[in-house]
Order: sequence, then C-alpha cells, then structure tokens
Amino acid sequence: MEPDALRRHARLLLPIVVFGVLALVPQISVGTHGVFSSPLDSPGTLQLLGLMLCFGGIALSYDLLFGYTGLLSFGHALYVAVGVYLTAVATAKWGWGLAPTLLLTAVVGLVLPLILGAVSLRVSGIAFAMVTLAFAEAGSTLAQKNPRGWTGSEEGVSVNYDHLPSWMVGVFNTKYLYWIALGYLVAVFLIVNWAVDSSPGRVWQAIRENEQRVQVLGMRPFTHKLSAFVLASFLATGGGVVYVLLITRADPSVTTPSFTLALLLMVVIGGAGTRWGPVLGAALYTFLDHRLPDWSNSGFINDLPDALSKPLSQPLFVLGVLFILLVYFLPGGLVGLARLGPRRGGLETLEQAVEIGGTHGDVVEEEEVEARL
Amino acid sequence: MDTFILLTVTGLALGALYFLIASGLSLIYGLMGVLNFAHGAFLTVGSYAAWWSSVKLQGTIGSIGLRFAVSVVIGLAVGAGVAALVELVLIRPLYLRHIEQVLVTVGLSFALVALVQAYWGPDLHTIDVPSWLNGTTGLGGAHVPNYNFVEILVAAGVLAGLLAFLRFTRYGLIIRAGVENRAMVTALGIDVKKAFTLVFAIGGVAAALAGVLAGIHFSEIDPTQGTSLLIFAFIVVVIGGLGSIVGSAVAAVVVGLVQQYVNYKSTGIGDLSVVLLLAITLLIRPGGLFGKWSPTH
Amino acid sequence: MTSALLDVQDLHVYLGQSHVLQGVSFSVPEGGVTAVLGRNGVGKTTTMRALMGLVQPRGRATLGDADLTKLPTHEIVRLGVGYVPEDREVFSQLTVEENLRLAVRNGSARYDLVYELFPELRERGGQRAGTLSGGQQQMVAIARALLNENRLLLVDEPTKGLAPLLVAEVAEVLGKASETETILLVEQNLGVVARLARDAIVLDQGRVVYSGPAKDLLADQQRVRTLLGVA
Repeated sequence: MEPDALRRHARLLLPIVVFGVLALVPQISVGTHGVFSSPLDSPGTLQLLGLMLCFGGIALSYDLLFGYTGLLSFGHALYVAVGVYLTAVATAKWGWGLAPTLLLTAVVGLVLPLILGAVSLRVSGIAFAMVTLAFAEAGSTLAQKNPRGWTGSEEGVSVNYDHLPSWMVGVFNTKYLYWIALGYLVAVFLIVNWAVDSSPGRVWQAIRENEQRVQVLGMRPFTHKLSAFVLASFLATGGGVVYVLLITRADPSVTTPSFTLALLLMVVIGGAGTRWGPVLGAALYTFLDHRLPDWSNSGFINDLPDALSKPLSQPLFVLGVLFILLVYFLPGGLVGLARLGPRRGGLETLEQAVEIGGTHGDVVEEEEVEARL
Repeated sequence: MDTFILLTVTGLALGALYFLIASGLSLIYGLMGVLNFAHGAFLTVGSYAAWWSSVKLQGTIGSIGLRFAVSVVIGLAVGAGVAALVELVLIRPLYLRHIEQVLVTVGLSFALVALVQAYWGPDLHTIDVPSWLNGTTGLGGAHVPNYNFVEILVAAGVLAGLLAFLRFTRYGLIIRAGVENRAMVTALGIDVKKAFTLVFAIGGVAAALAGVLAGIHFSEIDPTQGTSLLIFAFIVVVIGGLGSIVGSAVAAVVVGLVQQYVNYKSTGIGDLSVVLLLAITLLIRPGGLFGKWSPTH
Repeated sequence: MTSALLDVQDLHVYLGQSHVLQGVSFSVPEGGVTAVLGRNGVGKTTTMRALMGLVQPRGRATLGDADLTKLPTHEIVRLGVGYVPEDREVFSQLTVEENLRLAVRNGSARYDLVYELFPELRERGGQRAGTLSGGQQQMVAIARALLNENRLLLVDEPTKGLAPLLVAEVAEVLGKASETETILLVEQNLGVVARLARDAIVLDQGRVVYSGPAKDLLADQQRVRTLLGVA
C-alpha cells in the first residue's frame, strides 16, 4: 500500500483503536507499578484517568481557538467555570436534577460566548487576549463574591447528588464517570476534527494564516471567528460539567488565568494545531500535576540532593521547564516527535495571526523577515 | 471624610504598586514586542530575595533600618540580575518570534514561581521592617499607615527617574526611538539588543521594588503574590497604552482609585469595575489612552 | 577604471511565498551616483533592504572585504553604510535634534556640513519630527545619513511625493554629497537620474536587465519606455 493510502487508513484506525482501548480500561484489573497509586481499574486511578481525558477534551477546545483559528485567549477558563459552577450551584443550591441542569448549562454555554465573543472580537491580537483575560477575571471575582451564597467564595460549592442519577454517585461508580469523560473526549475529538475539515473550518485556518486575504476574498472574518469562539467555548463548558462531576466540587481555582495558561501549556506541549497534540499534552500535564508530588515523597526523586529534589517535586516547575524546552527545540510539540497525524499549522504560522493592535478584524501586515541576529 | 482620605491614599498606594510593575511591562512590550508573563515572577523573586537576606542578616546588622535597607538593595539586585539573565538566555535567541517569546515567559512564570515554592514553601512570610513603616500618620482625621506614603513616593520617584532616563540619556533616546521603530534604529548602526537587556533589567528592578513594597502593604509575601498583581498590572498597561510610561502612571492611578473606592462600597465589585474600564478602553481606543496605534518594529 | 565598491552576486530574497529577488547581480563603482531603476514592484526597495540586512538575502554582497549578507544590520551600518529609507522613517516622537543625535555613529559627526546643507533643521531643532512637513522630514532623513562619513550611501526614492522645488533641493544636496560619497540611488524621477547618475541599473521582475552608463540608457527612448513604463 502506498504511503498516502496507509496514512489515510491510519488516520481512521488510530482513533478507533485508541478510544476502544481506553473504553476497556475500567475492566482491566492490573497493577501499575507505581505509575498510578493503585491498580488500573481502581476508583482512584480511574478518577485520574478520567481527569486526563476530560482535560484532553478541554485542551482540544482551546486548540480550536489557538491552534486552528489563531486566536490567543487568556480567558478560556471562564467557560469551563460556567460548566463547573452551574452544575454545582444548580444541584446544590436550587435542587435541580440532571436534565434541567444540563439544559441550562448548554443554553448559557452558547449564549454567553456569543455575547462576550462579539464584544471581544471587535479587537484582535494582544488587545483581544487582554479582553478575554478581563472577562475571565470578572468571572473569577463573581465566583469569589458569592452572590446570594450560591458560589461559596473561596471554598466553592459541592455538587449535590440527591437529584442526580444514582450511577453517578459514589466511589464505586467512578468507572461510569470515567466513561462519561471518555465520551466527552470522543465527542470533542470528533466535533473538532469535523469542524476543522469543514468549510468554515478551512476559513478558520485561512484566518490564522492571513486574515486580510480572507477579508479581501469577501468572506467575513468576524462571523467565522465568532463561530469558532462560540463552538470552542461551548465545548469547554461541556468539559466543565464533566470536570465537576469528577472532582465533585466547584471552586474558584477553575476561574483563574493560571487555569487558562495551563490549557495553553497543554496545547503547546502536546502540539498546537494537531489532532492528538492537545490530548497528549493535557494527559501529561494532568498526570504530572497529580503524581509528581506523590513520586517525590518516595522513589528516586527523594534520593536526589535537596537542591534537585525540591524543584523536581513541583509539577509546575517540571511542566514549565518542559514547556520552555519544547518551545525552543520542538515547537511542534510532543507529537512532533512521533509525527502523529498531519500537521496543520503550528507556532510558525501563528506568528502571523496574533498581531499587535487592530480592530474590526483588520490586521496590521506583519513586516517581512527582519534583521538577523 | 476621613474614610475618603484613607481610601484615596491607599488607592494611590495600590496604584503605585501597579505602576511599578506596569512600567517595566510597558517598556518591554513597547521596545521588544514581548508580553512578559514572567514579570510577576520577577516580583516574587525580588521580594523573596529581600526577605531571605533580611533573615540571614539578622545578627550581623543590628539596626533594623539598615538591615531592611540592605535587604531591599539585595532584592533589587537579584530582580535585575534574574531579569537580565532571562532576557539574554531565553528571550534574545527567539528574536522576532513574538509568540514563542510570550510562550517562554508563560512557561517561566510557572517554573520560577514553582521554584520559589519548592525552596521556601507555599506559606507566607513576613519581611522584617522598621516599625515606623507600619505606624500611622494622621491626615485630615484619617489614620493612614505610613507604608502607603512610602509606596506613593517611591513610585513617583521611579516615574521621574524613568522619564529623566528616557529624556536625557543615550540609551533612553535609543529606547524611545526603538519603541517607535526598532528596525530603523538598527539601520542607524545601533545594536538595539543591548537596550533589550537594559529594559528587562529595569523592569526587574521595578518589579522587585513592587514585590518588597507589596510584602509590606499586604503584610506578607507568598509565591503567588506576583501572579495576582500581574493581572492588574497588565490591565493598567493596556489601559494606559503599551509602550507609554506616562500612560501607565495615569492608568495606575485611575485603576488603583477605582478599585479602592468601589471595593469599599461592595467587595469585589471594584475589581469588576476595573475590568469594565479595560473593556471600555479597548473598545473605544484599542491603543490605550496614550498608546501608539501599533508599534512598528 | 574605477574599482567596484559594492559587488552584488546572485541575490535572492523571498518575502513570504513570493520570490521577489531572483538572482540580482550588479556592481557599484566607487564614487558618484549609481541609479537603480525599474517599474513599481520589481524589487528595488527590496534590494536596498537586503543590502541593509533588513530582509534575509541569499547570495553575496561584498563591500570591500565584508560580505553584507552575513552581517546584522547595525554592523553593516558600522562599516560605513548610510541609509535613507523609502518612507523616510524619522522618529516622530523625537525632536529634530534628537533624530540627528541618534544617528551619530562615532565621535566625529559632520554637523557643520549638515546644517550648511539644511539650515532649516538647525532652526527647528527642538521641534517634534512628527509635526514636520513631508519635505522637512525628508531633509531630516537625508541629514542624519550625511551626518556620518559613509563609504556607501543607500538612498531610496528621496523625491517621492515632494513638490518640484523640493525635488530640486534634494537633487542638489545629493549631488553635493556624491562628490565625497558613493551613492546607490533608487529613483523614479528620470530628471533627477539624468542630473545625478553616472551609471544605472534597471530591474525587472527581480532581475537586472540593464547595467551601464545612465546617459546611454536615458538616450534610448524605446528602452526607457519598455523597461520603465511611461517615460
């Protein structure tokens, strides 16, 4: 079989195989030799795996904005927070069941980014990034302000399972939550892949490459950017719902800029603008974030001299350094190593997208290659 | 009336902190086109260096005033050194690749803060300061903590110093020209990259200064302080106009005052108002109050 | 036979997808003015920018011993290359005096010469350059290049958009300068070219299509029309 056909078959098969294997995980009872803290099918491990999958989906939604459309947002966390808080507050403070909660979350998850996106996209580049940051900051403040005692300020609010289906409740049902997370990831994966290959999706990528040209060709960048924004935010809100179901409680940490920046790290570490990059990056990030502190208390990290073991036990240090190294040596992210899936873009083309200044979709033409070092 | 005075002074002091951080950010962005997310980390590193020196010097230098002064100087030196090193080693090799530069600063912000946390823990510490800083002075019936006045004076001093530097020195001239048109500066035979390191170092000093003062203002230093202040500093820079020192100063005053006044009426709404201010500014005048429309490089 | 001061060999420049310079080769003899001509968009400005290192060229461009294609911009300038860019690019936030001062490369700046050529600039020293007229800004742009002794002066369309009186003034200044400096001049105004240039190079679609005495080129109406559009 020639390479092209082989590649096409691989593209189709790989997700099926990967997701199929992942679906079977809760049925596999095997020890993990310290990779996880307990056997593969134990609730603890399943919860962590579920989180990895959930963030895989959220990272994909962020990549839709950043890697494909070239929109650098510092406020993506807001939409995740919407999913997180609405679910928690609706069940805990309003006594709602699953269906009405999901319905409300879906509606807000569509309307809010529509409004905020319409405002934010009036500017582009750095200004756009700042506006998104500001809106997220507003959300963070709102959550901390605890309006009517709903959001619980610093401690947040726990999901109330009284009106939720019983199979969602309880430690032993973690595998169902794992499957929900997997289902979410599969849904996002399919939607994002379908979207970027569709004709609006091609316009998104064209916008990332050269917005001016898109405008000259008579397509309106604004509506396309807005649709990408709304879709990405909606998917993120879905991720928020899954997230809060997994960790059972909503708290303000999900509203901070650090949360959005973590998504950025995940996407870039994995590989921006690729099919699997964000998933890989999210999985690695989440995994290290949870396991590294445990590893540092035992095992080889502990045996290192203090000067080394202390920083290495900090997940954010390891991830931050990894991130920097990747930006330098492997801008294509980890998928650049294995060349999984076609590369649709990457950091080089993003240079043209995130401009300085500009309004109404105008783009200040990037200057030509300048002075060498 | 006395509440109003207290709020005004503390609002100005808060603005002073923001300005100290914002000034460096603004210069760095104006000249180099780099959104330096690691700036908050410079703040943290500076404040921790000052605190740690203060602890280590206990016993060797008797007078708390002198010990404090020396610690501050060390903190500033560390801030400048770390910033300059970051520019030389990490930023400069990515010349003209703005996205990657920003990404590196993001990664650095995570790594540096985690590093501080690794060695000194996540808990807060307090810097040993001369007691008069925490004392109060009567002003129109209000009892205003003295550190507020110090912050305002320091920020005013830094503002004057920066403006003088920009106006009267050769590097200041290079920086002013470079903010406008970096390529043309090189076309005059000037190695503008030296100015980059300088600007980073200046930013590092100002950030470290802000870190020390914040440590006094909030009575504690902790690893995440830099990050939380950085957000407001960014807002100040954008409202004031990227690349404009005067813009940052004006915006800092406005933001500090608005935040204080409104937060007093209703906690948290002050922060929201600042965000609203940013949104409005960007929609009316995307370049900021004093900013260039788009700095050509 | 005058030796070549600048020798350009097979210069290629890509801007984005477009192959703007497709093997430009020419040499600039020492002394006098060599004009660079061609229709809009053929790559004249790109050639200048490539020599200045403001865009990334492939090929060779030797100035004496040095290969300009291997040097960063500021080092090229330090070799004694002055530059008057197409859009003047004076620093609008700086005063006239500051614009000049910034350009001083080493101790010996020829303020006397510059103020003699442009007395108006001395008067307007404290004025913000952004408030000057187009013609005055052009003066500043030329003045700051002439402030230093240059081995080679690159001038890109200095008369563009200027009134005829100012065009004559600029031509006169450049004429005086060419007595001591070698000038590579991009110009669309054939009158100025006729007055100043000894040699001419014509570019077309990223390549050199004529290289020889300016007089001969300008005398050939047919050629002028084909290569330069409307004469």
